[in-house]
Amino acid sequence: MNEVFVGLPKRMVKISVDGTDVQVPEGTTILEACRRLQIDTPTLCQLETLTPVNVCRVCVVEVEGSRVLVPACSRKVEPEMKVLTDSERVRHSRRLVLELLASSVDMALCAQQVHGWMARYGAKPERFGAAATVAQPVKIDNDLYVRDYSRCILCYKCVEACGVDAQNTFAIGVAGRGFDAHISTEFTVELPDSACVYCGNCIGVCPTGALMFKSEYDMRQAGTWDESQQKVTETVCPYCGVGCMLELHVQDNSIVKVTSPLDHSVTAGHLCVKGRFGFQFVQQRSRETKG
Amino acid sequence: MDIRTTGGPPTADEIAAVDGILGSPESIWEGGGRSTQDDHLARGGHAARSQRPLLLPVLHAIQDRMGWVSRGALEYACRRLSIPPAEAYGVVSFYGRFALDERPELALHVCDDIACKGAGADDLCSALEKAFGPSGKTWHRSACLGLCDRSPAALVERAGVPEEREEHQVAPITLEAAQAILRGGRPEDQPRPQVVQRGTVRLLRRVGVVDPESIDSYRKAGGYAALRRALELGSEGVIREVTEAKLLGRGGAAFPTGRKWDAVAKATVRPHYLVCNADESEPGTFKDRVLMEADPFAVVEAMTIAAIATGCEQGYLYVRGEYPLARERIEHAIGEARAHGFLGADIEGAGTRFDIEVRRGAGAYICGEETALFNSIEGKRGEPRNKPPFPVQAGLFGKPTLVNNVETLVNVLDILGEGGAAFASIGTADSTGTRLFCVSGQVRVPGLYEVPMGTTLRALIELAGGLREDRTLRAVLLGGAAGSFVTESQLDVPLSFEGTRAIGATLGSGAVIVLDDTADLEQVLLRIARFFRDESCGQCVPCRVGTVRQEEALKRILSQRETSLREADVALLSDIAQAMRDASICGLGQTAASAIGSAVIQLKLVGP
Repeated sequence: MNEVFVGLPKRMVKISVDGTDVQVPEGTTILEACRRLQIDTPTLCQLETLTPVNVCRVCVVEVEGSRVLVPACSRKVEPEMKVLTDSERVRHSRRLVLELLASSVDMALCAQQVHGWMARYGAKPERFGAAATVAQPVKIDNDLYVRDYSRCILCYKCVEACGVDAQNTFAIGVAGRGFDAHISTEFTVELPDSACVYCGNCIGVCPTGALMFKSEYDMRQAGTWDESQQKVTETVCPYCGVGCMLELHVQDNSIVKVTSPLDHSVTAGHLCVKGRFGFQFVQQRSRETKG
Repeated sequence: MDIRTTGGPPTADEIAAVDGILGSPESIWEGGGRSTQDDHLARGGHAARSQRPLLLPVLHAIQDRMGWVSRGALEYACRRLSIPPAEAYGVVSFYGRFALDERPELALHVCDDIACKGAGADDLCSALEKAFGPSGKTWHRSACLGLCDRSPAALVERAGVPEEREEHQVAPITLEAAQAILRGGRPEDQPRPQVVQRGTVRLLRRVGVVDPESIDSYRKAGGYAALRRALELGSEGVIREVTEAKLLGRGGAAFPTGRKWDAVAKATVRPHYLVCNADESEPGTFKDRVLMEADPFAVVEAMTIAAIATGCEQGYLYVRGEYPLARERIEHAIGEARAHGFLGADIEGAGTRFDIEVRRGAGAYICGEETALFNSIEGKRGEPRNKPPFPVQAGLFGKPTLVNNVETLVNVLDILGEGGAAFASIGTADSTGTRLFCVSGQVRVPGLYEVPMGTTLRALIELAGGLREDRTLRAVLLGGAAGSFVTESQLDVPLSFEGTRAIGATLGSGAVIVLDDTADLEQVLLRIARFFRDESCGQCVPCRVGTVRQEEALKRILSQRETSLREADVALLSDIAQAMRDASICGLGQTAASAIGSAVIQLKLVGP
C-alpha cells in the first residue's frame, strides 16, 4: 500500500439521501455521498481526474429547498441537506437527458453501463421522430487516432484533458454555439497542423468512442475488433524514468490499444505519445525472423 | 504552453487594429520582429496570460476594422495575448457579431423578431432576399435589436479605419432605405425618441429633458445630489436605505437589491467588483437602452453609489453590442465624470476610489446571464457557470461581485433622494417603486412607459393608446421570449412581482408585446423557438438539444392537422419543457420553454 497524504482532518457533515442519513467529510460532492451509499448515479461528463464541468446534467438530484435540480457531480454537501435521487422529477430529467442525447448522437459505443441507465429510466430516443443529429463523416487525418464527432456528446472531457487538467497543450476547444457547438481545433485545421502532441489523453477520457485509436478504428471497420478475445497486460512504460503504468490491450498477439488506469498514482490515466502510441517496435516481427 | 500558429501572417490593417488596443509588440514572443535579445530572453508566463480579458476588445477591433476575423488576425491576437488559437477560435465562433468568413465591409442587420414581425419585417426581408440574395452575405436577419418602439428596425455596420467606420441604428426602416444602404448610401442619424408618456415619471424624468452629453445639464437637473448623500451616509447607511426601500432587481430575477449589496459589502475576500448588466437582449426590451442613451450620467452616478456602498474600486458596464449610441453616450459620460472628479482616485474629495470600464457585448443573448457575462468580460465563451457559488461570493475573476441591471441601479438615485421608506410607499407592499415597461407591438403608441408597481396590464395598454381601431386583443407576451402569454381575461393582472406570479406569468425584463387579431401567432411562436435554438450556449444537454427538439415538435404541431398526432407532440413539448426547467444550468434553459408552453395552455392554440 502506498503512503498517501490524507490532508488535515475534516469536519463531518450529516446529510440525508433518499431518507438514509449519512456522514461524509465536508467538501464531499453529493455524487461521492451517493456512491458511498451504493446508489448508482449516472454520469457522463464527470471523471475523478478532471474538474467537474457539470454540463451533461444526467446526474441531477433533487435537493430540498432548491427550485431546480442540482448536479450531484459538482454540488458539495451542506449540513442537513436532504437529497432525493430517485424522485419523479429526477427520473424525468435523467430520462430526458439520455433521450435528447441518444436522439442526436450515436451512442452505440458507450459503456454498457450507459445502456443500462437508458433501460432503467425508460429512455426512448426514437419518440422525437425525424430529429436533427450531429452525424458527420469521421475525421481521419493522422496515423494514430481518429475523431468521429457523430459520437460526440460534448462532455468537454477531451478539452479538459488537453488543457489544464492534464496536458496543457490546448490543441482543441469548444467552438460554435448551441446545437452547433462542437469540439474543434482552430479554424478546424487538421490535427497535424494543430498544436496536438498526440498524447492521446483525450482518447483516454472519451466516454463515447468518438475518439479512438486508429488501430481500433481500422479493426472495427474490418469487423475484426473483438473485446472478448482481448487480454490486458499491465506493464511499466519503458521509455523514460517516470514509471507510467501501461495497460496493453492485446488481440491476436498484437497490441491494439494502450491505456493507463485512472487511479494510478503516477499517471492518473494520462500518458504521453510514446507510452500511448510507441508500441510498434514490440511487434516488429520482421526483425525477429531476420534475427 | 507553446502557441503554434500556421495561418500565415496578418495583414498590415489587422496588425494596426490589434496594436490600436495593445500597443506595439515588444519582442518576437508577442508577434513582433526579432531582435538579438529575443534569443536569450523568453517572455510569457502569468503576466502574458493575465491579458486574457483583453481578447474581446481586440476581437472587436479586428471586426470593426476588417468586417471579419481572419486566421492570420486571430493568430496574431493569440500571440499578443498568449492565448492558444483553439481557445480563441472557440471564443470568436461563440459570438454572433464576429464573422469567420470574409465578408463585405457593410453589414445590414434587419430585425425579424416578434415586434418587428408585426410591423412588416417579414415582407421587408423577403424583398431584400429577392434583390440582394439570401440573408448572411450583405444583409442579415437578426434577433431583436431593442428598437421595438420604432419597428421594423435595423442596424448598419460598416467596417473600416476609425474615421470611416459606421454603426447606426435605423428605425423604422423602409425597404427603400434598406436598399439605399445596401447600394452604398449612408444613413443619416435619426432623431432620437422622446418619452411620450405624460404625467409623473420618476426614472424617466430626465429622459428627453437633459442633454445626455452635458454633465452640467445633468447637474442642473439635480444630478450628483444622490452621490453626495451617499458619501454622507457611508456604506452602511446606503445599504440601509436600499434595504428599507425593498427594491427588487429589475433584470428579471427580482432578487432583493439590499440583500445583495449587503452580502458583497460584507464579503471578506478582496477586491470586490461591480458589474452593471446593460446587455439587454430580451426580445421586446429597450428600457435600459433608453436610460443609457438619454440619461447616461444617472447610470454612472448610480454605479458610483453602488461601488461606495459595497467597497468596489473597479466597475464594468457590459453594454449590448447592438447599442452603439448607448455605448458612445455612456463612454462620454464616464469621461466627463472622471474629468469632474466624480470618478477616479478620489471621488468628490472623499478619498474613495472607483472607476468604470465599458465592455461591449458581441451578439450573444446568453451574456445577459450574470455568470456568462463574467466569463465574457474575462475573455471566454459566454457560458454560464453553475451556481453556487453565487456572484456575491465568487463572481468576476472569482471575486465577490455586485451585479445589477441598469434600471435597478437608476432606482437607487431616487431612494437616496427621498429615503428608502418614501420609496417603499410607492407601488405595492411587496413590489415597491415604479417599473419601466417596454410596450411594443400592435398598440397605438409603442414606447417606454413608467408606472407604479401594481398598475394593471389593461391600464398600461391604455396608456400606450390602446389597440388600434376595430382590432381585438389576441394575446400579450409579458416578459419577452423568456416570459409568457397572457390573454384578454387576464388583463386586470396587477403588474407587480407577486401579481404576475399569481397567474403563472412574470414581469421579466418589462417587455410587453401586444398582439392583436392581425398577428400571426404561429409565426410568433416559431420565432421564439428559433430564438432559443440560436441563442442557447450549447453547454448543457437539456438546453442545447431541448431547444432544437422543442422547435421541431412545434413545427410538427403547427403543420399537423390530425388531433391524435398533435396530442403526442404536445405531450412531448411538455416533457422537454420540464427537463429544461429542472435540469438546465441557467435561466435561459430554465425559461426557454415558458412562452411556448403558455401558448399551448393559455391560447389553446395547439392543444388537443
